[in-house]
Order: sequence, then structure tokens, then C-alpha cells
Amino acid sequence: MADQVYWEDVDVGTEVTPLQKQPTTQQLVRWAGGSGDFYQIHYDKDFALGNQLPGVIVHGALKSAWLGQLLGDWVGEKGKIKTYGCSYRGMDVPGDTLTCKGTVTKKYEEGGEHLVDCDIWLENSKGEKTTPGTATLVLPSKG
Amino acid sequence: MAEDSVITDEMRAAIGVESEPSEYEIEKEAIRRWAEAIGDTNPLYRDEEYAKSKGYRSIIAPPGFIANYAYPTKVGEGGRRGFRSPFAMVLNGGNEYDFLKPIQAGDKITSTTKLAELREREGRLGKMLFMINETTYKNQDGEIVAKSRGTIISY
Repeated sequence: MADQVYWEDVDVGTEVTPLQKQPTTQQLVRWAGGSGDFYQIHYDKDFALGNQLPGVIVHGALKSAWLGQLLGDWVGEKGKIKTYGCSYRGMDVPGDTLTCKGTVTKKYEEGGEHLVDCDIWLENSKGEKTTPGTATLVLPSKG
Repeated sequence: MAEDSVITDEMRAAIGVESEPSEYEIEKEAIRRWAEAIGDTNPLYRDEEYAKSKGYRSIIAPPGFIANYAYPTKVGEGGRRGFRSPFAMVLNGGNEYDFLKPIQAGDKITSTTKLAELREREGRLGKMLFMINETTYKNQDGEIVAKSRGTIISY
């Protein structure tokens, strides 16, 4: 795992360490099993094509889980994810390279906690932000 | 325009109605399988001894786990909303999570959900209905451990 990041080390504009994913159809099936989402647009190509989709598509909640992994990795064991969320604006397909990214937009103290707000997103290999969102994170302070 | 609305009185009446509680036991293997499925190697989600060394009772759930694993399903008959969307296609529009306490293997989580909002608008594919659900998750001690808000789009 990466070194622990501290609140004092970050500023507005600091980049969250990116996380890259290359989903396969097998991974979508594993996610279906792990999450209990068995909507056929995520594993049945004929069903997906019949519903005007380009083929099977990546589950929104899986993309959200990856953004959670991005944040969990970055805040480390001494930090905490307070809130995060994202919108599924564009479809992503298996076989593409997807990258989770983020930047710090605000740094502040509140209720005794050292916080940062971030813009987060997942982008496809064309650089299109298919899944934008925001997060509020607690980072440890060097005191 | 009102006369074109797909939102019926029956659907409007469902707003704010809290579901029956659903209960879930957070199992170690379910957490491991979930972490495995997303490709997250964090030992806090896999290695019990490691998680204990960090002060937890057992392995903990990764962010977002709870909303997928303990999604309530016990609202009424014929679907958890008590009504069916007038459209066939359904997409997940977005998710937001608030994490208040760590969720650990062995926890017994009770979740309730409610339809918080219904909206409609014309989109590229014609009329779209947005259903926003809010879910609250409590542990065996009655503490709220997480909240989630999800948008379902149907068209």
C-alpha cells in the first residue's frame, strides 16, 4: 500500500493517486454474484443489444465501488471516507481501460476533523468522464 | 405538462413510505467475495488477523458494500416500490453514501428504505422517470452505520 497521506501534505488541486481498471466480462459476472445485481444488460449480450445498448455494459455500482477503492486507498488506514457519491452519465464497456481519478477542491477543519472535499470521476480511454462525483474525506493530521 | 405526466396518484402516495425493515448478517465470505470482484486487495477486507491488529473485531466492509449487499427488498408485493414504473428500461442513475461507523463482519444490519422523490423530464430517449430512494442502515446496537441515496432512471 501507498504511504499514508496527511492533511498537511495536501492542498486544493492535489491529485488523488489514480486507480486503473480493465474490466472483463468475467469481472462483470463476478460483480453480479458479489453484489446480487443480476440485471441481464451486464452479462447477456443478446439481451443488451435488444435493449438498444452497444453490448453488455459495466454496472454503475461497480464503478461506484471502484471510486470507493480509489478513496479508500488514498485516505489510508488513518483516514476515513465520510461521504461520496457519483452519477452514471455515460456507459462503460468491458475491454476498455477505465481510470478513477480525483482532485482536492477544498481543505478545511470542522467538528475537530481535518477534512478535504474532492471532485472524483471515472474516465474512459478517450478521457471522457463517464462517472463524475464528489467526496468528503477525513485525513489524519500531523497535529 | 400535467396531463402528460407519467407520475400517477398511486406513485405519489408511495413517496415517504418507509419500507419494512430487512435484516442482513454481514458475513466474512461475502465481504471477501465483494473485494475480490472489484479487485481490491486491501487486507482490512480480507485478513481477519490484520483487521484485528488495527482494532477491529473482524474484517470490515469496503465502501459501498452495504448499499449493494443489504439493499432492502421487502416493500409490498410485486416490487419494493409498491408500484411498477410505466417504462421497461431501467438504469442506475447514481449513488451517494454517508459512512458513519465502520461495518464489520458479524454485524447484524437492519435497513429500511423509502422513495424520497419522483421527477420526470424529457431526455434524448423520450420521457424519463427519476426515482430517488433513501436507505438507512443500523447495526445490532441500533446505531446508524450508513445512509445511501440512489437514483433509478426508467424510460
